[in-house]
Amino acid sequence: MKLSELFKKGKFVITSEIGPPKGWQVDKCIHEAETYLKGKVDAINVTDNQSSVMRFGSLATCILLKQKNMEPIFQVTCRDRNRIALQSDILSAYAFGIENLLLLTGDHPVLGDHKDAKPVFDLDSVSLIYAVKKLESGEDLAGNKLEGEPPKFCIGAVVSPCAEPLDPQLFKMEKKIKAGAEFFQTQLVFEPEKFVKFMDIVKKNFGKVYVLLGITILKSVGMAKYMNENVAGVFVPDYLIEELKKDKEKTKSGQTGIEIAAKLIKEMKPYCDGVHIMPLGWDDKVPHLLELAEL
Amino acid sequence: MLITQIKSIKEIIKFGIKKIFVIKCIGCKEVYFPEKDVDNLINELTNSNIEIIQTISTEYLCNADFSKIISEKYKSQIEYVDSILIFSCGVGVQVVSSILEDKLVLPGCDTLNIPGYQGLTSQNFNCDLCGECYLNYTAGICPITSCSKSLLNGPCGGAKNGKCEVNKEMDCGWEKIYKRLSKFNLAKKQIDVVKIRNFLKLQEGVIGEKNETV
Repeated sequence: MKLSELFKKGKFVITSEIGPPKGWQVDKCIHEAETYLKGKVDAINVTDNQSSVMRFGSLATCILLKQKNMEPIFQVTCRDRNRIALQSDILSAYAFGIENLLLLTGDHPVLGDHKDAKPVFDLDSVSLIYAVKKLESGEDLAGNKLEGEPPKFCIGAVVSPCAEPLDPQLFKMEKKIKAGAEFFQTQLVFEPEKFVKFMDIVKKNFGKVYVLLGITILKSVGMAKYMNENVAGVFVPDYLIEELKKDKEKTKSGQTGIEIAAKLIKEMKPYCDGVHIMPLGWDDKVPHLLELAEL
Repeated sequence: MLITQIKSIKEIIKFGIKKIFVIKCIGCKEVYFPEKDVDNLINELTNSNIEIIQTISTEYLCNADFSKIISEKYKSQIEYVDSILIFSCGVGVQVVSSILEDKLVLPGCDTLNIPGYQGLTSQNFNCDLCGECYLNYTAGICPITSCSKSLLNGPCGGAKNGKCEVNKEMDCGWEKIYKRLSKFNLAKKQIDVVKIRNFLKLQEGVIGEKNETV
């Protein structure tokens, strides 16, 4: 089912994500999704060689999820494929009933484990959205007619609401909306006041566009500090770091992180259309988080 | 040989220019400078009610010291105009744009090829010879060479504290472009523009159809 249908019904949409393994044996990854996410979230986003680290493919994982009656969101980045391969993979996905896409530019290869790889970026997030809209109109990017019925997707994109400066982000967000993005998944948010301000600007300037709040479970003080140093658009405020420091055992078990995440969700829920949980390996903690956040 | 192709008038007047100062750079020794095409374009601009305050021919705009001397020499004329139209390779446009911070500096041509000869190319700016100069859309800062992903439609979101995700010594090109576009009120006008590169232009010295935006 397309996420847009859920948004239109006014449902507070819940999505999570899985990262395929480095290897071909994906049973464990699919089994985890079935155990911890199936029936609890509306859709599962499958990352595309996340952080530029070579892994099992997003498309194949999406197909496996679909076979187990889970709703996948096919994440597609522009880092590894040119416009021919991108359009081809997206058409292929549709044949397997994959209707939700998350279209990104993607990290640069130097951030991953094949630093010497060719960075493709033939298209970027905006032109990829444009390409998918072309496919939906029955033509490819070069203007050639597609055979048979055109596909019809629900197109998602990403935005970073706590980035500084914010204006260039809003500029690109608006370009993505104009190109055809229907929903946005945000970068991780730890600063509700910034998010509320961002949503206010979005509602005033861009009209109705659906936004999924990006949330993760903080695992440790080190993780928070690392993100503050290295991850674009992510700032974990000091008071949250203090909370993680308070009870080492509780933080280690994940309980502190879950409590923080639940509190953040509750605080920002009135301002957005759904939440996207990035468990970063802690899939087993998602059900407890959803419970605590009363979702 | 430096090979350039003159842009279509549409790709120049859409930036709302009214009074312009024109610089032709004929510096490189073995330059293929389409003089006649340039004159035709200048005529077309005049017919479109664009006031051309002065046209000068010079050489080696890519040399920042030299470009500074020129901008001093023509200071009063430059102050009077809203934009500078430059017929040079991408380096020349970027150098002048960096000197004249308050003026919109537009490229008049697309640079296709400079095999074997690079003139007095500046160390601070680079032209990738993409064949479809974007400097008019990006207010004089090249998205191909100043963005590590060569993105054409905005920043990737990977910059932290203004620095690129690839190299913390490198400024995010798009943050700079956005800032400069905003200065000339050009960001809003580009919301509907989707830029896609034409890699056919990379084939050596191919002078083809003039580029038009999607």
